[in-house]
Amino acid sequence: MAQLISLGSLTAPTSTETMREALSSGGCASSSCGSSEGAGDLPPEVWERIKDHPCYSEEAHHYFARMHVAVAPACNIQCNYCNRKYDCANESRPGVVSEKLTPEQALRKVVAVANEVPQFSVLGIAGPGDSAYDWRKTKATFELVSGVIPDVKLCLSSNGLALPDHVDEIAAMNIDHVTLTINMVDPEIGTRIYPWIFYRNKRWTGLDAARILHERQMESLDLLRARDILIKVNSVMIPGINDEHLVEVNKVVKGKGAFLHNIMPLISDPAHGTHFGLTGQRGPTPAELKALQDKLEDGTKLMRHCRQCRADAVGLLGEDRGQEFTLDQIPDDVTYDPAQRETYREVVAVERGEHVAVRKAASAEIAATAEGGSMLIAVATKGGGRINQHFGHATEFQVYEASAKGVSFIGHRKVEQYCEGGWGEDATLDGVIAALEGVDVVLCAKIGDCPKESLTTAGIEATDAHAYDWIEAGIAACYAARHGDAEQLLTA
Amino acid sequence: MAYKIIASQCTGCSACEFECPNAAISMKGDIFVIDPKKCTECEGQFDAPQCAAVCPVPKTCVPA
Ligand code: SF4
Ligand code: SF4
Ligand code: SF4
Repeated sequence: MAQLISLGSLTAPTSTETMREALSSGGCASSSCGSSEGAGDLPPEVWERIKDHPCYSEEAHHYFARMHVAVAPACNIQCNYCNRKYDCANESRPGVVSEKLTPEQALRKVVAVANEVPQFSVLGIAGPGDSAYDWRKTKATFELVSGVIPDVKLCLSSNGLALPDHVDEIAAMNIDHVTLTINMVDPEIGTRIYPWIFYRNKRWTGLDAARILHERQMESLDLLRARDILIKVNSVMIPGINDEHLVEVNKVVKGKGAFLHNIMPLISDPAHGTHFGLTGQRGPTPAELKALQDKLEDGTKLMRHCRQCRADAVGLLGEDRGQEFTLDQIPDDVTYDPAQRETYREVVAVERGEHVAVRKAASAEIAATAEGGSMLIAVATKGGGRINQHFGHATEFQVYEASAKGVSFIGHRKVEQYCEGGWGEDATLDGVIAALEGVDVVLCAKIGDCPKESLTTAGIEATDAHAYDWIEAGIAACYAARHGDAEQLLTA
Repeated sequence: MAYKIIASQCTGCSACEFECPNAAISMKGDIFVIDPKKCTECEGQFDAPQCAAVCPVPKTCVPA
C-alpha cells in the first residue's frame, strides 16, 4: 500500500531537489500521525535519541523507515494469542509468516534495503519468536549489520523472560531501544494469557509460569533503565481479561521508567488457530481501544501509530515493502552505498521544519476557534504529511482529534480497499463505514458521489476540498467550518 | 531410547535445537530432526526432555 515516496525518484541518480519534490508530492513524511507530538512533549535527551525512530517518534514516522529481519524464530513462552506457525503476535501482525533468515542472509537484505530505501534508519529484530531468547542469532545479526552500516539504530523486542541474561551485551552493543511486551502485572491475570513458559530448563505452567514471567519482566525494566536503554512497553488489550488491568500495568511500567506505552488491540480470528481465536475471545472495538488510550493519556506517552508490523516488515510505518526484498530478489553480493541515505537526511531536515510549523499553526488556529467542541477526522494519505490519497484507494485512515487542545493523532483504522480496480463494492463500503465509527469528517484527495452519499447517510461528511493540502491545515479548515461558522452565525 | 520430531507438525522454530544438551537436533531442509544416536532423552541431565519441554507444538517431540 502507501507508496510513500516514489521509489523511482529516489533510486535514479538523485539530487536534493528531486528528493524534496518527491517528498512534497506525497512522499514519505507525513503528519499522518500525531499523538506523540514532536520535541515538545519529551525530555530533550529522550527526543534526541528517538527523533529518527519511526516507531517511537510519531513525528519521525512520516520520514524514516524501519525494517525488521526475521532471524529469531525460537520462543520461550506460549501466549494464548499466538500460534507459532506464524510470527510472534506480540510485535508482529498475527497470522502472517515471515521469511526466516540466517544472520548472514539478514545482512544482505539490510544492505539491499539501505541502498534502495533512503528513509531506512532502524533495524529491529522482533521475532518471529523472541529475540532475547534466540539471542545468538539476534546478536550475530546486529554485529554484522552495524559493522557495515555503523549509524543504523538497533532495537529489539522481547517478552522479557530471557532478557536479563543478556542485558549487559545489549548495552555493550549500543542497542538503544528495547520493546517489552507486558500484558499484566498480576500473575493471576497472567494465567489467563500464558499457558506455559520455558525457564531454566523446565516447562512451568499456571501461576508459577505467570509469576516467573512477571518477575523477569520487572527485572528487565529495572536492568534496562539502570543501563539507560530506552524502553517501550507493548500491551495487548484483551477484553474481559486485562483491559481494565492495563491501567495498572501503565502505572507500573511508567513508574519503572518506560517512556512509551503502546496498547495494541488483540487480533483474534479462529483461522489463526490461536487459543484465543479458537475459544472465541474477541478483540476490542476501535471505540474501546480509544477509551482505554484516553484513560491512560497522562500516563506514559502512548503510542498510537503502531501498526503491529510483521517480523520482516520493510518501510515506513503503514507500508510494508517486505515482498520487494525477499531473499531471492537480492543478489548474492551487495555493497553498501551510503549516498542515498545521506542526501535524504539533508532533505528531511528541511521538510520537517516546514511541517512542524504548519502543525503548530493549525493547532493554534483550532485552539483559537474557541467554541471548544471536539471532532474526529479521518484522513486518506499516502504520506508526505498531505491529504493525498483517493478515498477508494485507502487501506487505512489516519484518525485525528481536533479539540480545544489542538490537533492530535488518535490512531489508524484499517479498511478493506473500497475501490479495487475502479469500482467500489457495497459490502466493502459497509466495512469502511463500520471502521470509521465515531468519525465526523473524512478528508481525501478524491471521492466519488456514490460513496460520498453513503457516508453522508451514515452521518459522516466526506470531502476532497482540501486535496493535497497539509493534513493539519485541512483539519483546521474543517474544524473552523463546523465550529467557527456556528459561532459566526450566532454572533452575526 | 530416543526422541523424534513429528515432521508434519514442526514449525522449524529451532528452539529444540537450541536447548538440546547433546546437540542431537539439527536442521534438515526446513524442519528439524533428532539423531537417535546422540539423543539420551536427557536422562541424567534434566528432569524432562528439553526438546519436548520447549516445543511450542503439542506432541511434536515425542518418544521414538
Ligand atoms: S512471545 Fe511472541 S512468539 Fe512467543 S508465544 Fe508470545 S506471541 Fe508467540
Ligand atoms: S530428548 Fe533431550 S537429548 Fe534427546 S533430542 Fe530432545 S533435548 Fe536432545
Ligand atoms: S521446537 Fe518443535 S516446532 Fe520448534 S523446531 Fe523443534 S520440533 Fe520443530
